Amino acid sequence: MDFLNAIILLLNYTIIPALSYGSQLALGAIFVTLVYGVLRFANFATGDMMSFGTMFAVLLTFYFQSIGINLGFLPTALLTIPFAIIMMILYMLSIDKFVFSYYRIKKSPPVVLAMVSVGVMFVTQAIIRIIIGPFDRRFLDGEKFILKATEFKEMTGLSEGLTIKSTQVITIVVTIIVVSIMFWFLNKTKTGKSMRAYSDNEDLALLSGIDPKKVVLITWVIAGILATIGGVLYGLDKSYKPFVYFNNMLPIFAAAIVGGIGNPLGAFLGGYVVAFGEILITYAYKKFFTYILPESLEPNSLMQLLSTDYKFAVSFSILVIVLLFRPSGIFKGLRL
Amino acid sequence: MKQYLNVVTAYIIMFTLIILVGIFQSWSQALSILNYCLISAVMTIGANIQWGYAGLINFGIMGYTALGGLAVVLVSVAPVPEAWKAGGINMIGSLGIIAAMIISIRYVLKKIHKSKKRNYLIAGIILIGILLIRLVAGPGIESIEAVEPAKTGFLGGLGMPILFSWIVGAFFAGGLAYIIGKIALGLRADYLAIATLLIAEIVVSIIKHEDWLARGVKNVIGLKRPVPYEIDLQTSSWFINLVEKFHSGKLKVIDTLSERQDLLNQLVIDASSVYVKLCMAGLFLTVVVILLIVTQKALYSPWGRKMRAIRDNEEAASAMGKNVVKAHLLIFILGSAVVGLAGAMMVTNDGLFTPGSYRPMRYTFVIWVMVIVGGTGNNFGAILGGFVVWFLWVEAGPIALYLINFFTAHLPETNVLKIHLIESASYFRFLMIGVGVLLIMRYRPQGIIPEKIIKQ
Repeated sequence: MDFLNAIILLLNYTIIPALSYGSQLALGAIFVTLVYGVLRFANFATGDMMSFGTMFAVLLTFYFQSIGINLGFLPTALLTIPFAIIMMILYMLSIDKFVFSYYRIKKSPPVVLAMVSVGVMFVTQAIIRIIIGPFDRRFLDGEKFILKATEFKEMTGLSEGLTIKSTQVITIVVTIIVVSIMFWFLNKTKTGKSMRAYSDNEDLALLSGIDPKKVVLITWVIAGILATIGGVLYGLDKSYKPFVYFNNMLPIFAAAIVGGIGNPLGAFLGGYVVAFGEILITYAYKKFFTYILPESLEPNSLMQLLSTDYKFAVSFSILVIVLLFRPSGIFKGLRL
Repeated sequence: MKQYLNVVTAYIIMFTLIILVGIFQSWSQALSILNYCLISAVMTIGANIQWGYAGLINFGIMGYTALGGLAVVLVSVAPVPEAWKAGGINMIGSLGIIAAMIISIRYVLKKIHKSKKRNYLIAGIILIGILLIRLVAGPGIESIEAVEPAKTGFLGGLGMPILFSWIVGAFFAGGLAYIIGKIALGLRADYLAIATLLIAEIVVSIIKHEDWLARGVKNVIGLKRPVPYEIDLQTSSWFINLVEKFHSGKLKVIDTLSERQDLLNQLVIDASSVYVKLCMAGLFLTVVVILLIVTQKALYSPWGRKMRAIRDNEEAASAMGKNVVKAHLLIFILGSAVVGLAGAMMVTNDGLFTPGSYRPMRYTFVIWVMVIVGGTGNNFGAILGGFVVWFLWVEAGPIALYLINFFTAHLPETNVLKIHLIESASYFRFLMIGVGVLLIMRYRPQGIIPEKIIKQ
């Protein structure tokens, strides 16, 4: 019984939160990695682009709520995602046309493009703050919990409760759907294959008659979809605050590099590596050990490797370690 | 002379703008802007040494700034003897453990060849070290933080003069840069940018959460000052006499003695804050000028030519027998040390250390914008960039407000759009800076004052 309790405890406080947080990071990391692989620059506007897409979802959610449209037990925000994606893609394409394409055609070094993306970051941040303001907003409606701790305790008779938030399930399900469609697209369709070819060797791809304009367009479309969905899922799970989204860029970058930048599958797994690293290292295992160890061995301290204040620092340390020992990522060469 | 014309014009315009702020807003405000401009200039010199001379992207400016600020606290604040008594031994013990860890890792690196075994050994040493430190430092930290947590709750500093901390700040930042450089300098340019950005975040989160070190997010206030305090000035007779002499014309017009005294008091209060800021500005200006002379000399020395050669063509330079790795590491340390100095200057200027305020937006990206806008590889340009961007950063709000009012003048006061825009006026600074960067990158990629290559 105690063993079961210990497992439920871990599920409740580490594994399920890490899975949903990891999914959100994974979507962002694939976005970073695609832009890096195809357009060849580190996009420092990542967090703010995700925030931009989410902003539309938030605004539309408020609008839909005001005119009485909802999805019943599901959050209304899911209904707004397609519209937000369209706005996001339009924004990305116009940014690409007016800003990035010039440097791409000129074949500027990646560093210059990275600097330009810093400029885009400032502009995007300004637009977001002018439109929606810097405040914290919750836009989750519908059913909050799929399983409540008290219900679970009654059902199973265990002393440890298991809470499953609906946003966690939505996050994981949506991520699985989106990522599988994306990998199917990248690996099975002609356009997807041409994108990968372009990412692997630009000159060879051009020689074989791949249209670079189309590849860039498709990349931004996929990026827009990933950024918006990732952003909305994060916002539903926590809340929407522009500053937090900017900061989220950092673990997302860590995930992309840990997985080997330019490699979508690596980025996907990297998201979970970072999320599990953050949560497992900062979790206090005291209660866990009280369940599984005999009473005489019970620990006195919190059994916490690092305090939760260092959550972000953990993911960055993972990155530093990876950079030191496997600069091309821990999933180097891994393909579907 | 003609070739310096654009430099001189640019600087004249900049100083005119600051003087205009003095005339239209207030002299105190103008001097605050000037002081921050000078601090920003030091930061941009640091970033420019790395980016302009050697092409290294360092997005970790925030970390070095924070470390410079930490140095001010550790050097100038009076020590807290109770805290030392409560947990000093534990902290010194953990410092010893860290030293032992470093020595043993170095030993392993030297004695054992590169292999999986070596990696596991190092990982083991680090893990055991961390556990030991937690065991030793844990109770120490608790007892230190328990010493008057509302007022101190930290070890305090050394109680030395604050100006000394500027040098210490530079050394701290240089030391951090040495470690980061050893880890990350081999990486490709954009990897380096990301790695430094994240490492800086680690540094700041340590400063934020280790309360025993510098009180963390509880902030350290009331730091010492290298210049007089306003209160002391307001009571000293020479200063009052000086103000009286300075404003004698204004004072003569008033007849009644009491009114004249009131006006004089008001003038003394204003003047004291201006005087303090002027003293600060003098100190900062000295630093900027010294740095400018040194960096200019370095840029046009054989060493500077070597650096530019490495920046422009790494392979060729290394084929000529230049040690690229060593040169990069050195310049990384030097640039970071300058940024650390700026961080110490900034905390000195503010008189308080607020670890919570160190955010990548303000302390990394804005500084980079300054370097890009001003002119990469040109120290005069970098300094100008610091001035221009900081000026815009501060004055963007008022400018945006003015523009909004101008363009929405025909709308009634109750218009929703107008109210919303006026409320968000301060966010237009991001827009201005962002659009500015994009325009500069597109149409003048070398910055306002481009790099000048003097043939020798």
